Amino acid sequence: MYLVIYLGLVHHAEQTMAASLRTVGEGHAQHPDVLFTCQALAKMSDEHVERLTPIVERYGEQRHGADVREPERLHADGLAEVRSGPVGLLRDLQDLHVLGTLTQTTWTVVHQAAQGLRDDELIELCEHASGQNSRQLSWLNTRMKAAAPQPLIVGG
Amino acid sequence: MTDRIADIWGPRTPHAKGTVWPARVDQYLEDGVGEDQVEKWVPSACLLCSNGCGCDIAVKDGRMVGIRGRAGDVVNHGRLGPKGLYGSTAWSRSKDRLTRPMIRENGVLVECDWDTAMNRIVEVSKRLKPLEHAFYTSGQLFLEEYYTLAVIGKAGIGTPHMDGNTRLCTATAAAALKESFGADGQPGSYTDIEHCDAIFLYGHNMAETQTVLWSRILDRTRAGDPPVLVCVDPRRTKVAEEAERTGGVHLAPRVGTNLALMNGLTRELFKNGWVDEKWVAEHTLGVDDLRAIVESYTPEHVAEICGVDAAEVRRAAEIFGTSGNVLSTVLQGFYQSHQATASAVAVNNLHLLRGLIGRPGSGILQMNGQPTAQNNRECGADGDLPGFRNWDNEEHVKQLAELWKVDPLTIPHWAPPTHAMQIFSYVEEGSIGLLWISATNPAVSLPESARIRRILAGEQCFVIVQDLFLTETARLADVVLPAAGWGEKTGTFTNVNRTVHLSEKAVEPPGEARSDLEIFLGYAAAMDFRNSAGEPLIPWRTPEEAFDAWRAASRGRPADYTGLSYEKLRGAGIPWPVNDAAPDGTDRLYADFVFPTATGECETYGHDLLTGATVTEQEHRALRADGRAFLKGADYTPAHEPVSEEYPLLYTTGRTVYQFHTRTKTGRAESLRRAAPDMWVELSPSDAEHLGIVEGDFVRVESPRGALEAQARVGRVMPGAVFAPFHYGTPGLPGEAGRQANELTMTVWDPVSKQPYFKTAACRVRKVRDGSSPAPAPTTAASAPARPGGVPETAGGAPTVSRAVPLPSYPNDPALAGGR
Repeated sequence: MYLVIYLGLVHHAEQTMAASLRTVGEGHAQHPDVLFTCQALAKMSDEHVERLTPIVERYGEQRHGADVREPERLHADGLAEVRSGPVGLLRDLQDLHVLGTLTQTTWTVVHQAAQGLRDDELIELCEHASGQNSRQLSWLNTRMKAAAPQPLIVGG
Repeated sequence: MTDRIADIWGPRTPHAKGTVWPARVDQYLEDGVGEDQVEKWVPSACLLCSNGCGCDIAVKDGRMVGIRGRAGDVVNHGRLGPKGLYGSTAWSRSKDRLTRPMIRENGVLVECDWDTAMNRIVEVSKRLKPLEHAFYTSGQLFLEEYYTLAVIGKAGIGTPHMDGNTRLCTATAAAALKESFGADGQPGSYTDIEHCDAIFLYGHNMAETQTVLWSRILDRTRAGDPPVLVCVDPRRTKVAEEAERTGGVHLAPRVGTNLALMNGLTRELFKNGWVDEKWVAEHTLGVDDLRAIVESYTPEHVAEICGVDAAEVRRAAEIFGTSGNVLSTVLQGFYQSHQATASAVAVNNLHLLRGLIGRPGSGILQMNGQPTAQNNRECGADGDLPGFRNWDNEEHVKQLAELWKVDPLTIPHWAPPTHAMQIFSYVEEGSIGLLWISATNPAVSLPESARIRRILAGEQCFVIVQDLFLTETARLADVVLPAAGWGEKTGTFTNVNRTVHLSEKAVEPPGEARSDLEIFLGYAAAMDFRNSAGEPLIPWRTPEEAFDAWRAASRGRPADYTGLSYEKLRGAGIPWPVNDAAPDGTDRLYADFVFPTATGECETYGHDLLTGATVTEQEHRALRADGRAFLKGADYTPAHEPVSEEYPLLYTTGRTVYQFHTRTKTGRAESLRRAAPDMWVELSPSDAEHLGIVEGDFVRVESPRGALEAQARVGRVMPGAVFAPFHYGTPGLPGEAGRQANELTMTVWDPVSKQPYFKTAACRVRKVRDGSSPAPAPTTAASAPARPGGVPETAGGAPTVSRAVPLPSYPNDPALAGGR
């Protein structure tokens, strides 16, 4: 059963998402909406991690294994530092979007397994977390569209 | 003879529920001018708050010398407030009016002629790309001026960088209406006051901000069958006193916690069965999500967050839940505070849960802060598209492209409109090279003043300021254009409850000053903007032609002006929509419970109230709203700058009854200036005692961003909070010391409406030195001292006249036969 691998993946992905959102928010604090919204979105990921922890314990988390190289390569490193300038903000938001998409698709496949295993607690969490991921992705998309035209057309 | 400084609301004319508000004409003529000396009375409407009172301007020897209310006007039934009476005309002859254009030469502003100034503007403008242009306007221009500028910016240049100071006052009102009902447009009417059983005032110190509307409420609360009032305000205002007098409640939530309170009130409706389930099922979407969001907000939990009494939360909810008809009004206490749009939407939710909308007495007034803010929203000189069209709807953009005969891609709908704070950020970083500011004073009115001054003074951007006076902002400009003001030009404007007034030119502007319309038309001509047929993009030359062009743009949209004309408006103000279906105008919207939420009709697809993320067209279409209103909620989150050991007090800003904005006009009227001559700050008695501060002491108030010094009023603000009026600029009028409330405020805004938060900073206060007199704060309203006595009563306004007149006919008044 590879579900444990994917539980580890999504656990890690949400932790990475939370940390990266905070990095981007604080790194672009001159945009107060970026700072405060990233903090709010990071809290959503914190909550997913918190609710996932007992489930991971129940199944036994397995992040590594000789026969599961493929999922391991899907781990994204997250953003340890931010880029500067207006295009920098745009690129950082795009990176967050990539991370968010990875997180959401991981929840999607975990959700399938959870249904097959009739694990009501996990099903409920998958639906909730995926919904919150959508809110994160919607905001990132909205903010990118706001940030893009000025540097792309006027910058440089 | 009435002193309207001492007697702000004038004599009472109480009347029974369901009857027409009596008429009374208020009049003020300047010292020495007799009524028989007035040569003509020119019809207009007052510009000194958002109420939009119909008035006549008195003219003598080519000068504006006074004002009187129009008895037949649906808005004010003849009344005027102290600002309108004393402040409407004095500024016009002020010696420091701008009369010639100025340009900056070797760092100094020098006078020049119009050609020189306009050539310099055009030379810069032609050199720049569309996205290097920004326009920052006002809530003070006329409809014709906004619409002309909207066409220049959106079809001539093609820039998304257009906004107004309406972002500071009315953006949340518009956003909340769009989120709930699909489009902007005030659902209620002032006539709801005569028919309601309860009135809720949310963050709305109406007694000071709209004195004539408050008179209208007092004439009901002082009658034999008064409505019950509920007031939500951190200060013990006159509204709060009246709420308790009528058996209602004054709730003073901790600054920044409005949404927690609203969620608590909403939960009580669900828990007590005060929800009209059938109506909600037929006419709304989202009730289950809303119920789940508010589930945890018990009165006890709310009491803990907000610092209010749980029993009073229950009592307020009971008044809302059990009164026959309820009127709600909302203003800056919600709009400029934390989680603004979510809190204002929560007011809409309460009405929708009970179906209290669309009938006399049950209305919502998401108020405006300024007299013509509504027109900026309608015409699109701010971030909106003209006619409440939707940026994300290609069909709506195509309608405008066909009307203006331009390529749809010229209209910058591929970028979300840039809100004011973002415009200033682009100016700061150097990617906007031309900023044109009209009729507003951001150096005083925007948050974090030091930053705004630095941005405006920088070399990186060419700044044009168009105004009546050399304001704090104009002093930092590269070109200053002298504008004609109210009474010196013709145009229309629309108030909170959608009433359109025609304001006619009464006198000539001074010197070479020109109307804002003439200035914009001059720029358009010099830039030679053309449509795709090669014709001039803007063919109109006069205000009336501009109005007719706007009528065509409004056709078929919620703010439909097609049935209006200058001729028709010469009689009295008329509320829109005015069209074939409603030739005499419309007193209230949504009488049929059909809301403009259909995907092809709505002004926005909506937002996530917590984050501001936009809903996509596809998502909206899937909801199949089709005329149903949205119930939307959000969780309470703590404000962005909590109090700390270093900054232990909450800081909030606001207005006083005698001044408007940054005092450009009211500071130049002697009666008003003397009534509130200089800056002060208000502390609660317990905080003052703890800090060793007594009435009149000079104190220093500091936030992480800046400081001000002023005399302290030991007043009626809630413990833990400090209140500062925002009117007083740096360096202020000649001879005044500089003190400015916005030195302390934060650069932060609402995720949906993008309205800056002026009411959620943390601060600290210490005494600087003893004062030799009480603080210069008025005693007549919310700034009154906590302990009466020892502070002289505010009085001494010039004499005014008030006279009762026979009741005229008001065409749309529901208390009269034939009212709609």
